[in-house]
Formats: sequence, C-alpha cells, structure tokens
Amino acid sequence: MDQLIYAAEVFLNGLMTGVMYALVALGFVLIFKASGVFNYAQGVLALFAALTLVGIQQGQVPFAHLINAVLGTHIESFGWTVPAFLAVLLTALVMILLAFLIEKLVLQHLVGQEPIILFMATIGLAYFLEGLGDVMWGADIKRLDVGLPQGISDSIETVTDQWFGYGFFIDRLDIWATAIAALLVAALVAFSQFTKQGRAMRAVADDHQAALSVGISLRFIWVMVWSIAGFVALVAGIMWGTKSGVQFSLSLIALKALPVLMLGGFTSIPGAIVGGLIIGVGEKLFEFLIGPMIGGATENWFAYVLALIFLVFRPQGLFGERIIERV
Amino acid sequence: MRTKLIALTAAGLMAGAPAMADLVVPNLSYRTGAYGANGTQYADGFNDYFALLNERDGGIGGEIVQVPECETAYNTEKGIECYEETKDTGALVYNPLSTGITYQLIPKVSVDKKVLYTPGYGRTSAKNGKVFEWVFNAPANYWDGASVAIKYLLDENGGDLSGKKIALVFHNSAYGKEPIRTLQGLAEKHGFELSEVPVDAPGQEQKSQWLQIRRDKPDYVIMYGWGVMNQAAIQEAANIRFPMENFIGIWWSGSEVDVLPVGDKANGYKALTFNGVGMDYPIYEDIKTYLLDTDKASQGGEHVGSALYSRGMYAAVVISEAIRKAQELAGVSDISPEQLRDGFEQLEITPERLTEIGLPDFGPEIRMSCENHGGSGMARLQQWDAAAKQWNLISEFTEPDQEILAPLIEEDSAAYAKESGITPRDC
Repeated sequence: MDQLIYAAEVFLNGLMTGVMYALVALGFVLIFKASGVFNYAQGVLALFAALTLVGIQQGQVPFAHLINAVLGTHIESFGWTVPAFLAVLLTALVMILLAFLIEKLVLQHLVGQEPIILFMATIGLAYFLEGLGDVMWGADIKRLDVGLPQGISDSIETVTDQWFGYGFFIDRLDIWATAIAALLVAALVAFSQFTKQGRAMRAVADDHQAALSVGISLRFIWVMVWSIAGFVALVAGIMWGTKSGVQFSLSLIALKALPVLMLGGFTSIPGAIVGGLIIGVGEKLFEFLIGPMIGGATENWFAYVLALIFLVFRPQGLFGERIIERV
Repeated sequence: MRTKLIALTAAGLMAGAPAMADLVVPNLSYRTGAYGANGTQYADGFNDYFALLNERDGGIGGEIVQVPECETAYNTEKGIECYEETKDTGALVYNPLSTGITYQLIPKVSVDKKVLYTPGYGRTSAKNGKVFEWVFNAPANYWDGASVAIKYLLDENGGDLSGKKIALVFHNSAYGKEPIRTLQGLAEKHGFELSEVPVDAPGQEQKSQWLQIRRDKPDYVIMYGWGVMNQAAIQEAANIRFPMENFIGIWWSGSEVDVLPVGDKANGYKALTFNGVGMDYPIYEDIKTYLLDTDKASQGGEHVGSALYSRGMYAAVVISEAIRKAQELAGVSDISPEQLRDGFEQLEITPERLTEIGLPDFGPEIRMSCENHGGSGMARLQQWDAAAKQWNLISEFTEPDQEILAPLIEEDSAAYAKESGITPRDC
C-alpha cells in the first residue's frame, strides 16, 4: 500500500516536472512551426533571458567587465534595483530587440535556404549568445527572485496526510509553473488558430515562397515568432533559474526538451505539453520502480528511450504533422 | 608582404609564449560553460598568488613565475589539448581542476615527466608515490573527505553511529563514485546504514532523488557534487525541509556560489574544507597592496576571499613551496620538472611556515615523501551563515581513518600498477 501511495506522489511530481520540460519545448515548437527550423539556440535564449532579467533587476551595468578592462574604471552597478514586474517587461523588450537583430543579421540572408542551413545558423547563434551573455552579465551564478513561492506546499501535505497517512510533496514553484504554462499554451493556441498573424505564421511554415507571393511579410512573421519564442524562453528561464540559480548550465535544459519534442511532435503546441507530461511521468516512475534495481540515475537516458519507443510507432510524434513527400 | 606576415606571426607567438628562463606553471582553467562560475574563482586565486610573489618578491628564488592560462571549459578533450599545447613551453606542473582531465593526464605526465598536482581531486590512490611517481594530491583526497565527514558525525553522536541512516548524494561520474567504497567500509565498521543516491550530470533536475530521501528519512546526507548539482541539491533539501545542519558537502560542494542562489534557506549547510575561509589572514593586506590597488589582480579581483579563490590560492601556495624546496635541493633557481618532483617529495609545510606566508592555520601541516604523495588527509568543516553571507569554520583539522583508507589506497594503486605495467618504486 505504501508503495502505491509513493508511486502516486512520484506520478504527481512527474506531471509537474513534465510541465517544466514543456516550457522549454514550447519555444522550439514555435520557431519550428513558423520556419521549419530546429532552433538549436532555444536553451541559450532561456539562459540569455534569465541573465538579462537578473541583470536588470539588480541594476547591473551590462558589459561592465569589458568597460572596466578598456577604460580602467571600476563600475559594476547603477546603484538601483528594479521591481520584478518591470524587470520582466524590460527583459521581454530586450528579447524583442534580440529577435529583430536575429532576423536582420542572420535570417534575412538565408531566405529560401535549406532547413539544414538555417539549423547551422542557429548553432552559431547559440555559441554567440552564450558568449554575449557572459560578456554582458558575467559568469557568476546569480540568485533569481521574482517573488514566486518555492518549497513544499503545506496544504497539500496536510490534506494528503489526512487522506493517506502520508503527506505528499508538491513544490509550490511547480504549481505556479503549471498555472503559467496552462495560460501560455491557451494564449499561444488561440493566437495561432484565431488571429490573422497566427494564420500567417502557419502559412510561412508551410512554404516561404508561397507565403511571400500572397503578401505575407516574412520579416514581420520571423521577428514576431522569435519574439514570442524569446518570451517563452524568458518564462522557462525564470522557472528553471528560480530552482537552481541563473548560471550557464541553464542552456543545457534544452537537452530535456528534445525527447519531449520527439514524442509530442515538432509542430504542435499541445503536443509539447502532452509530450512533456509523458516524459516527466515516465522518467520519474521508471526511476522509482526500476531505478533502484539498476543503480539509479536513469532519468537522462530513459527519457530518450521513451521518445524512441514512441517514434517507432509514430515517427511524426503524437501530434506532429505527417509529411508525405512524393518523388 | 609575406615575409612581414611571417615575422609578425613569429613575434606574436614569441610574445605569447613564456620566456624559457622563467618558471612556467600553466593554469588549465575554465571560465566558460556550465562550470565556469566555479572555475573562474579558483583560477583567480591560483593566478593571484603567483602574481603576488612576482610583484612583491620578484618571483621565487629570483625567478619570475609565468602562469599561462588555457581554457578547458571543464572538457576532458580540451584539457588534453591545453596540456599538449603547453607542455613544451618549459611547463613544470599541472593542476587541471578536473578529475576527468586528471585521469587522462596521469599516464601522459609519467611519459613526459611533468608533475601533476591535484589537491582534493583526481585519482585518490595517487597518494601512493611508489606507483604514481609524478602525481601528488596533498593535503587531502576524496576518501579522506568521506572519512573526516564520518568522524565529525561520530563526534556529533557521542562516538556511535550504529543504527543511523546516511545517504550519499553523488555526481554520477568517476568523481562522484569515489567515496562509495570508503563509506561502505566505514558503514561496516561503525554500523550505520548507507544509501547511495546518484544524480546524472549536470544535475539540474533532482526531484526523484529528493523524494527518495524524503521517503527514506536519512539522519544525514553527504554530497559529492559540482556545478549546478550543488545548488539544485541544496534547494531541493530546503524544499523538503531537510535540516541543513545534517547536510554535509565535500569541499567541491562548499563554495559561496553553491549556497547563495538558495538564499536564507541554505543557512546552516555544512561542507568540508582543507583550506581556510574568509579574508582574516595577513596575506590579504599584501594582495591589496600589490594586486588590488595596482589593478593587477586576476579579473579585477572580484572573487578575492571566496572559498574557491582561497582553494586556488592554496594550490599555488603548495606549488610555490615545492618549487622553493626544489631550488634548495638542486642548488639552482631555474629548476626542471624532475627537480620539482623531488621538491614535492620532500615538501614540508609547517604551521610556522604558513604563518610566515601570511596564512596562519590556513591548511593542515603537509609532510610528503617518496611513498606518501597525499599528505595527512586532514580536513575540517565549515558552516554557511546565510545572514552574514559567509562560511565559518566549525571544527579543527581532523585526521581521516587510515585503518580503512590505507588498505584501499594500496589495493587501488596496485590494481593500477598491474593494468599499466608499472613496477612500484622502492621508497
């Protein structure tokens, strides 16, 4: 009986963790939907957004190291702090500016190129942004606090203790992440399905040239999509950064999104969520049930095994579009 | 034009390379990537001590110490590239701050005859100088750390750990697995129950591990982590309300960057250390005068006094003392790696010498020999004060349990000697 109760707790925590994975995966899906490109830089975008958020919040002078090294000054901070909400807004603006620059300096020159060329460009972008983040904000690990609660939920612990004689652990941050992710997905689905820009985005994804021929501005769509992906990256960066501080390993959370995308499909926003939940629950339950028999630490590889099993039966992922190419 | 280009390139290369007469101590550092925040602080401490010796004393024995830096990004392949790039520049000793790189370098340094100094990391059984002629890991190694942690817990529990539950949360790598055998031996000896909880790198997501700890309710948790794994673990421990005073990290899980992101909830967390913490040492007056006030501190001196900075500085102290000893033994100032190895093997750093250096009680006494390349293995505990944002030392230097460790060192080094075809030296 105890094992069953523990499994239920693991299941719930798996769902919550899955939402955190899905938040990262969403950014990939958005850009893939709009441009057919797998954006290798999505994890680094989350890192860059979180670094910028903390930098703005703490009144840090961007490029302070560089300025000090060149000019011999000793500036570090503006001497003020910015409230969390305003800092999030300012960071979102920075991400829009970044999207504009990416379109202007990278994507514009690659219109009509093969997806693999665009993919390679995003690899370069990832390395560039990681270096830029380092130069702008420094390599130190930073504490991110935007007022989100963290730690065990007392009410859930008390209620489950009364029901089962064992208080479940649910992190309050995960509850918030779930609520925010639900809002985000609802907004994105509504935008993609019911707005003119959303439909234009899907048209661009189908065929760049055809979309251009009917008067859709490719530049606008790309800037818009990268801006939205940048905002999603900011949300993911806030959640993961709150968990373990803002640091350069944050970019590695992209590795957790890959099996989610393989499973959910690269083109489906609900797919990213469902994929995230399946991966989250799958890896946690496997670690709980089988992990102790084989030495543990199974989560990293098991997520990929699970995705591969799904791929055998549905190569396009659970919600992905089936693409048939005739020769 | 072509001749000019070649001349310019040659001039550039010569300017970048250390002068051959100088003492060359390459700094295989990592300031970028997932572990950059940790590597930067250590590298700054390492650079600054040699810079201080150069600025204040004109180097060691009249020889300027060159510390060319090479970025490894904590990547084993890049670490090997750095070694290959620098080994022919007159390099004397390497300190790569990576167990992965160390494992790859051990056979190389034996062939190239370079000293490998790995304080508190690397291959534990390198303590046996009969087998590992070129490798030194004083003052303490991973197994020493595990044993000192258990000794501390024995003291806390009136000398009796029987029936207690201790969980080991470890980085699922060669490094993290190092203390398992030691702890298993100590569990058998002292009657506590050991559970092993691996965390895959990088370790951002540890929910399963901490749910398991919450269910198992261990009395104590010992952690062997690095990088983001540390912050995530301390945060998860706080989330499940695990008492921080019962949570002990190895020295690589005991820097400011590990606890600051967790905020006040990290208060009371403990970690091992083999070096002093804080800036209450006379040497910092010299660092201020010669480096900070003259803008010569590494990276502007922003990490001076941090736990990892102190550890990097301590590594430089030990290397510089070994260089001094080698110069004394050889009767020359421009020593070779072979002479430095001899210097390490006869190195003694007494409390009096540490006081002379300006670091009283900063590290344990070190006495090395041909046989013993690992020193006494003594370490102590520090505890985090979240309000003051500083580590406080809470125990004296303690010796590990050699009754358990010595046979393990012997066994592991003998196995290495057998697989590598090494005939142990007579010491």
